[in-house]
Amino acid sequence: MAKVQKAALSPEEKAAAKTKKWMQIKRDKWMYLLLLPGFLYFIIFKIVPMWGVLIAFKDYYAGIPFMSAPWIGFSNFTDFFGDSSFIQLLRNTLIISFMNLIFYFPLPIVLALLLNEIKVQWYKKALQTLVYVPHFVSMVVIASITFMLLKVPSMEGFSGGGLYEIIKSITGKELNALGSPTAIYWVLLIQVIWKETGWGTIIFLAALAGVDVEQYEAAIVDGANRFQQLIYITFPAILGTVVTMFILRMGSVLDTGFEQIILMQNELNRTTSETFDTYVYQVGRLQGNYGYSTAVGLFKSVISIICIQTANRLAKKAGQDGLF
Amino acid sequence: MISIKRKSIGDVIGDVVIYTLLTILAIIMVIPFIYVIAASFAPEYEIQTRPLFLFPNEPTLDAYARIFDPADMGGKVFRSLGISVCVTAIGTLINLFFTATMAYGLSRKNLVGKKPLLNMVLFTMVFGGGMIPTFLVVKSLGMYDTYAALILPGAISAYNMLIVRNFFMDLPQGLEEAASIDGCSDIGIFVKIALPLSLPCLATFGLFYAVGHWNNYFGALLYLNDQNKYPFQLVLRNIVMQSQETQTDPNALIPEDTMKMAVIVIGTVPILIVYPFLQKHFAAGVMVGAIKG
Repeated sequence: MAKVQKAALSPEEKAAAKTKKWMQIKRDKWMYLLLLPGFLYFIIFKIVPMWGVLIAFKDYYAGIPFMSAPWIGFSNFTDFFGDSSFIQLLRNTLIISFMNLIFYFPLPIVLALLLNEIKVQWYKKALQTLVYVPHFVSMVVIASITFMLLKVPSMEGFSGGGLYEIIKSITGKELNALGSPTAIYWVLLIQVIWKETGWGTIIFLAALAGVDVEQYEAAIVDGANRFQQLIYITFPAILGTVVTMFILRMGSVLDTGFEQIILMQNELNRTTSETFDTYVYQVGRLQGNYGYSTAVGLFKSVISIICIQTANRLAKKAGQDGLF
Repeated sequence: MISIKRKSIGDVIGDVVIYTLLTILAIIMVIPFIYVIAASFAPEYEIQTRPLFLFPNEPTLDAYARIFDPADMGGKVFRSLGISVCVTAIGTLINLFFTATMAYGLSRKNLVGKKPLLNMVLFTMVFGGGMIPTFLVVKSLGMYDTYAALILPGAISAYNMLIVRNFFMDLPQGLEEAASIDGCSDIGIFVKIALPLSLPCLATFGLFYAVGHWNNYFGALLYLNDQNKYPFQLVLRNIVMQSQETQTDPNALIPEDTMKMAVIVIGTVPILIVYPFLQKHFAAGVMVGAIKG
């Protein structure tokens, strides 16, 4: 419709539209000035690095001028896929990610539903205050506390960290969780649960707050018990939010919390804790192999976009709104 | 009405279970912090012999005394705290300036070129150049190993900016029109009307940005080389990781566990101080419904 109208414009009308546009731009000149810092920020720190992914196709490393680095096509990618570390990285990343999805993802939903059942407002507020705290504490502090809680006794006869002693008294094993290739996965998972479960409830609580109280009252009159109210009113009310969060989670299936893993990584657990992000840091930043590490990063970004698109499409097929 | 409100026995049991469960959960989540605080005031032998406690038997300030003693760790700790405070303060002001100006610019209806600009911002939210290309841009701008690298590459969070933009769009149109009839320019309206009206909103995001700066570890790890420029989170990390095994210099002092606890507390306290202010705004609904629309 709009196209037809556009085509029907006479030259004078077109010229008039153009002057009108110019008038608008002139009118808003100060607005453009306000936009300038933000615009420059996005160009310099977001768009230029996007163009910079081209170095994934170059043999570019620290110490040589960018221009003299030769174009090598997809060599960086084929090298990476052929490398034994590729399967290892993929495996580690997927294990961490899916453990998150299975064990962490449902928790904020459950916690939000439980909090929603608390009708004494001041008590609910108090609980929320407590469970949100870990979200705002730095990852360094979280990692440091984990170290102190899991540390092995420094000398014979001394006691280890609090959690170390608890694990020891329950299982009888003297577990060095930080130096164990498999235990590290559980450590990472529990850190995420501790840090983010509380904060994760916010978006679900917001959805729950939107439910009309009259619906519950009507259900009670109809004789619905608490569980039935949960199934027929509360659950449908947050389903859309759950789907949205799930799509976002799928889109970041290869994002595994860089800071957290870098902080928890050591020589004893590196084979199982190295993920795409930490590998990029290791090879690119520390070893200076810019082209190769950018290829790894680009591979990760592309997979992420495919994941988020797929999840979004599936959500739409299932009758949900989707993200875009 | 009264008969509806009356609870069945099942409901009461359900309530008891839920209240107890949540109370235990909330306590578990804060216990590690309480333990660290308690341990920071405990003598070293108490930490080494008691696995978990919520109050030290013989409270002492020894750990803090050593941490702040210039002859011991004081120099490093004070310097890095000063750096973190400055980076947080300056960084937050820059965040707010960039975020507010861009958000206001994008809040104008019928602005020519607004659509592509918005699309660009949205695109950067799903796709990014990645760590190394960004690092190379920062380096080529001469910001490597400077504090600017901790501030400018994250000057705007696209997500926050879009929420602030929504806030500006919800401001009453009449006010701006009246001001513009009175001869106020767009910048005048922004400074004299939009900014004061959105002060609570901006304060909230200021706090979020500030917490981000204070907690930032990755930025410093990526962009700083000189140990003397390290902000507190990196120094905290290095102190906690120091042990007999990782010590390369045999003469260096190895911090006791109580001192490690004390630096962890120092890294957390500023967050706990601003936390009540932050928390006031969670419920205000500022955080939801930003991207769509």
